[in-house]
Amino acid sequence: MRHVAYALGLATAVAFAGGASAKTLNWASQGDALTMDPHAQNEGPTSTMNSQVYDSLILRDSKLAKIPGLAVSWKPVEPSVWEFKLREGVKFHEGQPFNADDVVFSFQRALSETSDFKNYVNSIETVDKVDDYTVRITTKGPNPILPDQISSIRIMDKEWSEQHGVQAPQNYKEKEETHAVRNANGTGPFILAKRDPDIETRMTVNEAWWGWGVSDPKTNVSEIVYRPIANPATRVAALLSGELDFVLDPPLQDLARIKATPGLKVEQVNQIRTIFFGVDTGVDKLRHTEVAGGNPFKNPKVREAMYRAIDIDTIRKKTMRGMSFPAGIITSPGVHGYTEALDERLGYDVDAAKKLLAEAGYPNGFKVQLDCPNDRYNNDEAICQATVGMLAKIGIEVSLNARSKSIHFKSLQNKESDFYMLGWGVPTLDSHYVFSYLAASKGSWNFTGFADARLDELTTLMETETDSAKRDAMIKEAWDILKASNVYLPLHHQVIAWGMKDGLTLPIVPNDSPQFRTAQWK
Amino acid sequence: MVSYVIRRLLQAALVMLVVAFVSFSLFRFAGDPVNNMVGQEATQEDRRELRERLGLNDPFPVQFGRFVVDALQGEFGISYRLQRPVEDLIAERMPATLELVLVSAVLALITGIPLGVYCGIHRDSWVSRALLTVSLIGVSLPTFVIGILLIYLFSVQMLVLPSFGRGEVVQIGWWSTGFLTFSGWQALILPSITLSLFQLTLIMRLVRSEMLEVMRTDYIKFARARGLSNRAINFGHALKNTLVPVITIVGLNIGSLIAFSIITETVFNWPGMGLLFIKAVQFADVPIMAAYLTMVAFVFVSINLLVDLLYYAIDPRLKVDRGTAAGRLS
Repeated sequence: MRHVAYALGLATAVAFAGGASAKTLNWASQGDALTMDPHAQNEGPTSTMNSQVYDSLILRDSKLAKIPGLAVSWKPVEPSVWEFKLREGVKFHEGQPFNADDVVFSFQRALSETSDFKNYVNSIETVDKVDDYTVRITTKGPNPILPDQISSIRIMDKEWSEQHGVQAPQNYKEKEETHAVRNANGTGPFILAKRDPDIETRMTVNEAWWGWGVSDPKTNVSEIVYRPIANPATRVAALLSGELDFVLDPPLQDLARIKATPGLKVEQVNQIRTIFFGVDTGVDKLRHTEVAGGNPFKNPKVREAMYRAIDIDTIRKKTMRGMSFPAGIITSPGVHGYTEALDERLGYDVDAAKKLLAEAGYPNGFKVQLDCPNDRYNNDEAICQATVGMLAKIGIEVSLNARSKSIHFKSLQNKESDFYMLGWGVPTLDSHYVFSYLAASKGSWNFTGFADARLDELTTLMETETDSAKRDAMIKEAWDILKASNVYLPLHHQVIAWGMKDGLTLPIVPNDSPQFRTAQWK
Repeated sequence: MVSYVIRRLLQAALVMLVVAFVSFSLFRFAGDPVNNMVGQEATQEDRRELRERLGLNDPFPVQFGRFVVDALQGEFGISYRLQRPVEDLIAERMPATLELVLVSAVLALITGIPLGVYCGIHRDSWVSRALLTVSLIGVSLPTFVIGILLIYLFSVQMLVLPSFGRGEVVQIGWWSTGFLTFSGWQALILPSITLSLFQLTLIMRLVRSEMLEVMRTDYIKFARARGLSNRAINFGHALKNTLVPVITIVGLNIGSLIAFSIITETVFNWPGMGLLFIKAVQFADVPIMAAYLTMVAFVFVSINLLVDLLYYAIDPRLKVDRGTAAGRLS
């Protein structure tokens, strides 16, 4: 026991001495990046980590507007050819010069079979080097949103990749680790110094980064240290105790506590992610319950009744503790094509909902199963529970099936759900992304059975329409069609909140991906 | 003797195989790793392809057979989540868990035994009663509550101990140790107390009841009659005789400490095998789950085997020919 007491005494001394290194930034979130290979995993935390080390041709600022990255300018030279002028004098962390060969190589790598970023670049026909600092990208047809898509494609060094045998992203068949999984050589604002997956990742500032004074003022953070902490209570405790400077994902119920703690603050912004329910109108009979007369969701009055029965303000206040914005469409502010008028909800009205149900032939409601994830979105299971109670008021008896995301999404893709929860983020920040996955009749995440010939046509036209006024009109028309169908019952746009020390300035980004190049210590 | 050992080894192998089979058949309920491995943009075609590449489309017996054949060669495949060989990951995480378990076991022994002896000797004193009451709380409070309470007290309120992680570690060959740095010891304090609390109270209560038992025996009375000092009687004669069951329990519990460190590791973000396993479950990372469960089964089976063999060495009754023994029983 004496040893313990002794250790406790010493610990006190060290804890107070430890506060001196103010230039390091210690941060944590729930889950670590899966790999440092910039084309292997298209997943939020992985992209966040990679974007500190690797640059793209086009970067995003903290409002997600496009700014020059490794390309200083870009313009279409023909309807389906984009020309990029590259930045001169840029060096990779290990000293290799950056030039057009690296760009051509990186796009080919992103297009390779084991890449997880194929969908961002699959409109590309060829990538050609014109000279050392000019690259032309030819697309299969006119592609007005190519610059948006390629802001996710990070640039690697050709020589380095060849030297280490990582010309293609990890293939699981190989049964061994590739060099790029734990090593990185980018041109970005931070240099990977230590990568111990799940335990600790250290990055030191790249003093020679091209962007200091160009895209961002020079940061005074000398090192960022990342340690994933899976348990939310532990994560918050480490922020409260001062061991961490920044927590990416404090749980909603702890935000008030963090705000009330002297020396800590919470930053908030609406996220580019909307949460909603989908109903399957495509099947003739529900899979999980017997309803007389077949599939009730086929009747638009039933869908409207369910929509009107959801008391979104109560969900916002009670379930989400104010951390959500009620939604009228299934995409968020910040996405091209979003308007406030579209985002207006149908009013909450239980009596009208009951009447609609009666008109549709279900005066006594019906039974249905609701499938929900319980570890994917903010308070996902609680939202579903609240909905069960609200739908009960109009006679719809909902049995809730909450499960882990790794089961939920598989079951959705196998088309095993009648009524489900889904959330959708839009990395390209363009409405077309939503239509092509969620609304087009062949959309790979459209599990609603919704098929509208005009909407399909519009979705295809948007891909190649370069006149922005015409294209905007198409987006508007497509939204009106989708919104009127009510196959998706929108809930809300998620809000993200970051907890950090008062002395730290780190602009919050709506894609929940911190840009440490913008961090400053006071 | 030889036939006894062979029989035991065969039983152990069978247990391992059954555990592997049961855990492997549970994985199909853990969900689909593919969805966690590709972005939301991946097409159905991409997903099918990846599933094919990972061999997830093969029938269950084929997958299980492949797993057993690979495992026998010490190969558990590549983690879906971390894209690294599973053997390497487990070898990297093992030191953290073993050091935590070792410190907890030592802590439980060096505090549990003296407290148990005290309670056994002074069975009616208020201190013993208080200790027994507190120990009940120790047994009944769930580990994560104790962990969170300790973090709240020592990290958030008093700011004296780290709330998570392992501190600085020193690499000795493939073994990473936290024993050689100050921050490593600091980081060990809270998790090892949390993990040891249950064992500590168990040992204390066990030693106490054994002591009470032993103190009533004739040879203790005789020792008193011989005029031996209390100290010699309590520690020289009584305690020694209580230790046999205690050692057995502690030995068997080392296995459960390793297995149950999952919760402590999650609360303190201790980078050991338990944390690796929990994350693997969330991701449906089958190679890691399979390897971990097989390894835990292996630890239990080997400890049991060892204990059985030790009994064989200690207890002469087991050496009697099996046939005769059976005959005598019937």
